[in-house]
Amino acid sequence: MTALQQGTTEVVDPVPGAGAPHLPDQPDLVQLLTPEGERVEHPDYRLDISDDELRGLYRDLALVRRWDAEATALQRQGELGIWASLLGQEAAQVGAGRALVDGDMAFPTYREHGVAWTRGVDPLHVMSLFRGVDQGGWDPVARSFNLYTVVIGAQTLHATGYAMGLQRDGAENAALAFLGDGATSQGEVNEAMIWASTFAAPVVFFCQNNQYAISVPIERQSRVPLYQRAAGFGFPGVRVDGNDVLAVLAVTRAALAAAREGSGPTFIEAFTYRMGAHTTSDDPTRYRLAGELEEWKLRDPIARLKAHLSRTGIAGPEFFTAVDAEGDELAARIRKGTVEMPDPAGTEMFDHVFAEQTPELAQQREEFVAYHASFEGEQ
Amino acid sequence: MTETLTIGKALNRGLRKAMEDDGKVVLMGEDIGKLGGVFRITDGLQKDFGEARVVDTPLAEAGILGTAVGLAMRGYRPVCEIQFDGFVFPAYNQIVTQVAKIHARSRGKLPMPIVIRIPFGGGIGAVEHHSESPEAYFAHTAGLKVVAVSTPADAYWGIQQAIAAPDPVVFLEPKRRYWEKGEVDTDGTPDPLFGSRVVRGGDDVTVLAYGPMVKTALQAADAAAEEGRSLEVVDLRTLSPLDLDPVYESVRRTGRCVVVHEAPVTLGLGAEIAARVTEHCFHSLEAPVLRVGGYDTPYPPSKMEEDYLPDLDRVLDAVDRSMGF
Repeated sequence: MTALQQGTTEVVDPVPGAGAPHLPDQPDLVQLLTPEGERVEHPDYRLDISDDELRGLYRDLALVRRWDAEATALQRQGELGIWASLLGQEAAQVGAGRALVDGDMAFPTYREHGVAWTRGVDPLHVMSLFRGVDQGGWDPVARSFNLYTVVIGAQTLHATGYAMGLQRDGAENAALAFLGDGATSQGEVNEAMIWASTFAAPVVFFCQNNQYAISVPIERQSRVPLYQRAAGFGFPGVRVDGNDVLAVLAVTRAALAAAREGSGPTFIEAFTYRMGAHTTSDDPTRYRLAGELEEWKLRDPIARLKAHLSRTGIAGPEFFTAVDAEGDELAARIRKGTVEMPDPAGTEMFDHVFAEQTPELAQQREEFVAYHASFEGEQ
Repeated sequence: MTETLTIGKALNRGLRKAMEDDGKVVLMGEDIGKLGGVFRITDGLQKDFGEARVVDTPLAEAGILGTAVGLAMRGYRPVCEIQFDGFVFPAYNQIVTQVAKIHARSRGKLPMPIVIRIPFGGGIGAVEHHSESPEAYFAHTAGLKVVAVSTPADAYWGIQQAIAAPDPVVFLEPKRRYWEKGEVDTDGTPDPLFGSRVVRGGDDVTVLAYGPMVKTALQAADAAAEEGRSLEVVDLRTLSPLDLDPVYESVRRTGRCVVVHEAPVTLGLGAEIAARVTEHCFHSLEAPVLRVGGYDTPYPPSKMEEDYLPDLDRVLDAVDRSMGF
């Protein structure tokens, strides 16, 4: 055996989808709602929440999942170019999104449809991106929700810079940077954490560890639990059950509050699972075992909240039926709006390259228009 | 008031004026605060404007540009100093995938008024990665504007204009000319930031240059004049967008054109300029557009850089070839 092979065997369990590494004993995991739907307390994270709010969270989770299912179907029917499903990560996203207050700014990756929902972004403005009509149709300033960022991890620096702006403005707000487990290997993400730390910037890094960067398991990104990395940067790291919307809400609220008060950043690792494919172009059967998915289905974020609401009588069958009906209406609206979305005019690509159009680009636009006009009247 | 300033001092004065005029201007970079920058371009600014506006950053170029994006989203006007040209590449991802595209992808909702100051070019006897000419990468990227200054007056006004501009500007500073002196009328009216300028009239050959090569081109014009040849020298000043109308006018008169830059010739700015001049002046050209620039080698160790860099003689050689065509 060569030295290299020896080294390789020491690094990680190379068997993809082996299951066991993904389900460790987790004494540090913050949880307020067990997979069975039992409400538990945590010494550091209390959550005072009304019945209305609990029902509201359920509604968020269910509608976001319904939207996601409709989007996947629309992609299969050729109405979207691609879709990045959030299936299984609804609680992580809704919990984080609902922790934001007015004036906070969120910096998503390309999978944060659940956060978009909590920020009041019209789902059709997300669909237009995946249909190829635009790069995201919502107003990032009005919605306090940045446009999706596809280059992995780049947005963590934007969030940190935005937080530095908040500091300079004396604003009592925070930025919330979303990232995935794969992104933690990016240099820019590490730079963002260094900057946030040394400037005590009011930013929270919210990492959804869904166990895979497309096909590559978390063991190839990190030899230590991700939340423990924060200590090396000099700020707190917390691992929260990402399928527990209550725990995510409580932990993110606490982290954002600390940031707003000037205590600097926090790294939150929301431990979750991508129950679907990376995108509609992916085939997860090539790199993970079916048994793993079955095990995570028992931790489903929506089922556990439903069990809790039912068991406690906070919600009954009429409520769940009504949410289902609302989901169907939402899906119908999304479907209709997506298939009827007009294609953009080709000239749009020229129109916002610069705030001050250059003569060169103005000329290219004119030539484009003239070229297409030259075909008018032809069959 | 007209003063005699070096290019370096003119930049310092221009930055100070921009900071006085707009409280949202924030300077960011490595060693720019207490030290005043390795070339002292930001000398004294942190002392007068404070650490929140003149930020000594961690040593991470992607971090500088990435946080500048966030600050711009918050309404600030970041001015990022990249310490040396060769160190811009760690920030290349943020510049090309983010800074350049965010205005377009947000359909104008997120302006990016970011200035990226880069001391560029060789000729200072430096170790590797301190003498690069990366302008073509940025001029090739949609969404960026690129300028290169060559005089103290352009440095003083140009940096202020770039900071006031609503779009991202890569601002290339000719590092080997930082100590060149010139007159700056701080009460005058500056030329537009994005425009070329004929800096010496002539009839025989049109010579185009920018940044540090403008002086070289003018020296070549002096030498040529002694031999009875008359070179018209154009300082391009702006590399994206290119302002070539004055160049076309000139080439239609001279019929000959030579482009000079330090960057490698292959796919450099000269290639684009040659294509455009050929397209617009085809029937006036007496010779192909010729290019003088660096070779397709990594920038060499400093004891070889005189062989690498275009100088007066190589410009005159190209003029000879053009005239003899």
